[in-house]
Amino acid sequence: DIDNVGRKYHLKLVLEDIVEKDNIVNCTAEILYHLDNTNAAPDVHFEIEGELKNTEEQDNIFYNRIKSLKKELAAQNIPDSHGNMPPEMEPIRLLAQAAAGYVVWQNSTENTRYELAQIKHVRQLKRSDDYLEFDYMVLLHEFVSQEIIPWQMTVLWHPQHGVKVTQNSRQPKHAEH
Amino acid sequence: HQVLRIKASNEEQIQKLQLLETLEHLQLDFWLNPSSPALPVDVRIPFHSLQAVKVFLESNNIKYSILIEDLQVVLDEEKQDMAFSRQRERSTNTFDYGTYHSLASIYEELDNLAQEHSSIVSKLTIGESYEKRPLYVLKFSTGGTNRPAIWIDAGIHSREWITQASAIWIARKIASDYGSDPSVTSLLNKMDIFLLAVTNPDGYEFTHTENRMWRKTRSRNQGSLCIGVDPNRNWDAGFGDQFLLCSLSVLTGPGASSNPCSDSYHGPSANSEAEVKSVVDFIKNHGNIVAFLTLHSYSQLLMYPYGYKCTKPADYTELDSVGKAAASSIHSLYGTTFKVGNICSTIYQASGGSIDWSYDYGIKYSFAFELRDTGNYGFLLPASQIIPTAEETWLGLKTIMEHVRDNLY
Repeated sequence: DIDNVGRKYHLKLVLEDIVEKDNIVNCTAEILYHLDNTNAAPDVHFEIEGELKNTEEQDNIFYNRIKSLKKELAAQNIPDSHGNMPPEMEPIRLLAQAAAGYVVWQNSTENTRYELAQIKHVRQLKRSDDYLEFDYMVLLHEFVSQEIIPWQMTVLWHPQHGVKVTQNSRQPKHAEH
Repeated sequence: HQVLRIKASNEEQIQKLQLLETLEHLQLDFWLNPSSPALPVDVRIPFHSLQAVKVFLESNNIKYSILIEDLQVVLDEEKQDMAFSRQRERSTNTFDYGTYHSLASIYEELDNLAQEHSSIVSKLTIGESYEKRPLYVLKFSTGGTNRPAIWIDAGIHSREWITQASAIWIARKIASDYGSDPSVTSLLNKMDIFLLAVTNPDGYEFTHTENRMWRKTRSRNQGSLCIGVDPNRNWDAGFGDQFLLCSLSVLTGPGASSNPCSDSYHGPSANSEAEVKSVVDFIKNHGNIVAFLTLHSYSQLLMYPYGYKCTKPADYTELDSVGKAAASSIHSLYGTTFKVGNICSTIYQASGGSIDWSYDYGIKYSFAFELRDTGNYGFLLPASQIIPTAEETWLGLKTIMEHVRDNLY
């Protein structure tokens, strides 16, 4: 506890690659949850032991594939009710995971745990520059309250410039559902 | 008929074999025709031509080996296999355990299991859901009167599809392992098992027709447009308790919500939900339930009480040790790691939970499982993981049940 500031956690953790289970990386982190202004995201500082996997080749393959599509990409329910999705949607899902990570960070408190539950729909937005842009509507699962929260995210991505969430907003839920 | 595999070592030998192909009176059937020395030549030879062909090959120094000694034997075996599998398919094996099923399909399979293993499996109706769907329990028993029994339930939260899917696989496993697996056999010779595969059928149906993420029951809430109660906040154990969160000094109480629109709404009163009341009544009426095991997803956790308070249960040491042994069994199959601990410190503070009620009621061996995964797919666990998950979960359950069998109280 830090008086008048908040609460700091020192963490030692292991990062596991969800694509390649054997790929694990040790990590240490410091998280500060602010006392006042619960709208502020927690401060995060971290150090990774070693390097993260180089995904340049897969990134470029995905990038070129999307760039060469005749029509802008659009899809729904990734994965579907049975946990299935066409293999070509996997990078779209991973991109959503990365973008959702940012949204989750921005909305985390000591009493929340968010996971990306599903992509309800995603559509690619046309761009004149080199970036790929996707408008996602996802469902976040918040563990403590057990709520499923619809969330909109606009995501920019480029193989050399990484992921950026340019816009995101919590969406209203429907009463009976 | 014999099948020979011939290895030509050069083009000349290939040509000789191609010559052999033209000799129709030999009635040779080439499965792999002579084309290049790099590739084998397989040929079926009727008995009457066998000697002649072998002499031809040997005198030309062409290497060969016998691939199939007697083709008829192979064909006879295949015919037998096919007859058996046709017979099996007419029974439980038409049900694909590696995919998610509708409620109707699961209910049909429960009937099949009870029919096909009628000597040890029977189907009971312990009550009805809010929308009047039957709550079916499979009873596994080799006789006796009111033997000490193990209770297992799945699908109390309807969106946790891996639990209903695992439960039905486990049902088939118990039924087919009796008599062959020493552990299951000794278990059922002493105790009964009751399995409720779909605790919340209304919710389950809703996840198929309207909203895959539905968790609660489908009961109407007075004075609210919102439907449903969280059935795992509705048990009589610290019902409705809210928690003071030390860090922020604000009563935000995640224990259970009093808001009907919330996914953790505890309901108007304990046991208000038909689904919960049916289980409570069954357990009370039975009077000899010695273990209460419930399946949830996701997070890969194996938990014992309490959730409604953060103090350790009296049997903490034993429960923790049994839990760790079960987690170890789970891990042994596919390396899946389960964390073990009490609900309060492992997952979150939650009031009105089923294993808190069962433990306080006197059922010492009360455990809650949170199955795969840890968040990557969450509730939408790919169907390809159903059987591996069921297999490893079964090992965990078995470890607990074996301990119960050997430590009856």
